[in-house]
Amino acid sequence: MVNELVQGILLGCYYALIACGLSFTFGVLRIINLAHGSIAVLGAFVVWTIAEQWNISPFLALVAVAPFMAAAGWVLQRTVLERSLRSGALTPLLSTFGLAIVIDNLLFSKFGADTRSMAPNIGDLAFASWNLPGGVTIGQLALLTAIVAVALLGGLQLFLARTPLGRAIRATAEDPDTAELVGIDSRKVYAAATAISMVTVAIAGTFLALRATFDPYAGSAQLIFAFEAIVIGGTGSLWGTLIGGIVLGVAQNLGSQISPQGFLIGGHLVFFAVLAARFFIAGRSPGSLVRSLRRTSP
Amino acid sequence: MSLLAVEQLDARHGQLQAVRDVSFAIEEGEILALIGANGAGKTTLLRAVAGAHRISGGRILFDGRDVSSARANRRVGLGITLVPEGRRLFAGMTVEENLLVGAASERRGRWNVDTVLDAFSMLRPLMKRRAGDLSGGQQQATAIGRSLMSNPRVLLVDELSLGLSPVAVEQVYESLQAVIASGATIVLVEQDLGRALRVATRVACMLEGRIVLEGRATEVTRESVTEAYFGLKRPSRQGGTP
Repeated sequence: MVNELVQGILLGCYYALIACGLSFTFGVLRIINLAHGSIAVLGAFVVWTIAEQWNISPFLALVAVAPFMAAAGWVLQRTVLERSLRSGALTPLLSTFGLAIVIDNLLFSKFGADTRSMAPNIGDLAFASWNLPGGVTIGQLALLTAIVAVALLGGLQLFLARTPLGRAIRATAEDPDTAELVGIDSRKVYAAATAISMVTVAIAGTFLALRATFDPYAGSAQLIFAFEAIVIGGTGSLWGTLIGGIVLGVAQNLGSQISPQGFLIGGHLVFFAVLAARFFIAGRSPGSLVRSLRRTSP
Repeated sequence: MSLLAVEQLDARHGQLQAVRDVSFAIEEGEILALIGANGAGKTTLLRAVAGAHRISGGRILFDGRDVSSARANRRVGLGITLVPEGRRLFAGMTVEENLLVGAASERRGRWNVDTVLDAFSMLRPLMKRRAGDLSGGQQQATAIGRSLMSNPRVLLVDELSLGLSPVAVEQVYESLQAVIASGATIVLVEQDLGRALRVATRVACMLEGRIVLEGRATEVTRESVTEAYFGLKRPSRQGGTP
């Protein structure tokens, strides 16, 4: 039982990692980026390609890819998301959904349907573990994932609290019109936030590829897990995202103890329970539900 | 050359023309009180000058340069800053963070966190408090301080005393004296006629989107202002006697 809890926490940290960018984007831009999972898989493919072609460590490849993902985020914001935001709340959903389809099919046409993994590129780290007393096993890669997730979320939280750009991002997230009135260029701030989000997505995509297999259509499952972690933890709250991911991971692991299908069902049940509770507390209207979700913003 | 010149400005709210053919100019160091009844167009005019409201005609010259099409953040960078109606603080951020955010334009000048706290000493013990938890007067002081952090050449203040208790109004005006003493150029929208006339060097009164009275604060009479304010007589632009 203790081991299942530990595995659930470690798995939850991965979910927090994959949800980090989605949470950040929603907290700042108020956009639910339905292309989030597909972008993570795109990041995984790019890192995998570079690691394979140049025969280098995936971590080194990730360092090389990160600036390009940031630039892609900047361009994505200025060309797609910014225009979508001006056209109402539904348009960003539709445009990011369309973007997800485009990314998935471009990846399929380029790489085919074969599943891949970067586990072979990191040697023993992929499967090495420590056996602790009480039957607890801690995988080295799982622990590394958890450390990266906590460092990333903590680093982002510090960045938002302590740096001028972080404060500008928070101010713009709270009131973009007033942010402009104090001299903040909200368009640049949004673009910077999307760039940061894309880097976190690339990191998450890399860890997806290290710990599991991936294919061009693996994005939608990642999006669902990320979305569930965010709803459980409170949308836009980075520490909430970590807690939400851990709750989801633990629920899945405990569910799998009941039945083989319980892995997914356990997670979904917790997600629906939290959603229903928020819905009930918020006064049963979708508008107030969204406000309650946002109440935990950074 | 005037520091700020507004020429034949028009601004609309949909079908409603809120500002009609408004022209005025302000010199460096002047304090212009913009007065008028609710719905006269004062806030729209101020927001148009700050770049927060799109104009439909005319132009805005700042230091001889046409800034009519510049975005609000760009105007802050040039030296035009608005203290908006209702304060509009970033409620989830602390007072200190609100002040620091105000320095986003990175304009250099005499105003920084220390000098703002010297002018608004009531904020000193509140720096780590969330802005949303402050009283109205404290919020107004924070809003003015935040705007000063951008070291504006023209400070636009919208409805300084609106919604504040008399004690809070007194405190905010006391603190504002330090800003005025620094030689600041201010356009002040104020419903409290008495205070506006005491603080201002010039007065402009708006009615139905137009400036119907404009003159030096020492020259306009209270009666002429009252008549212009309520539209009892038709307009006169200079000298204060409608």
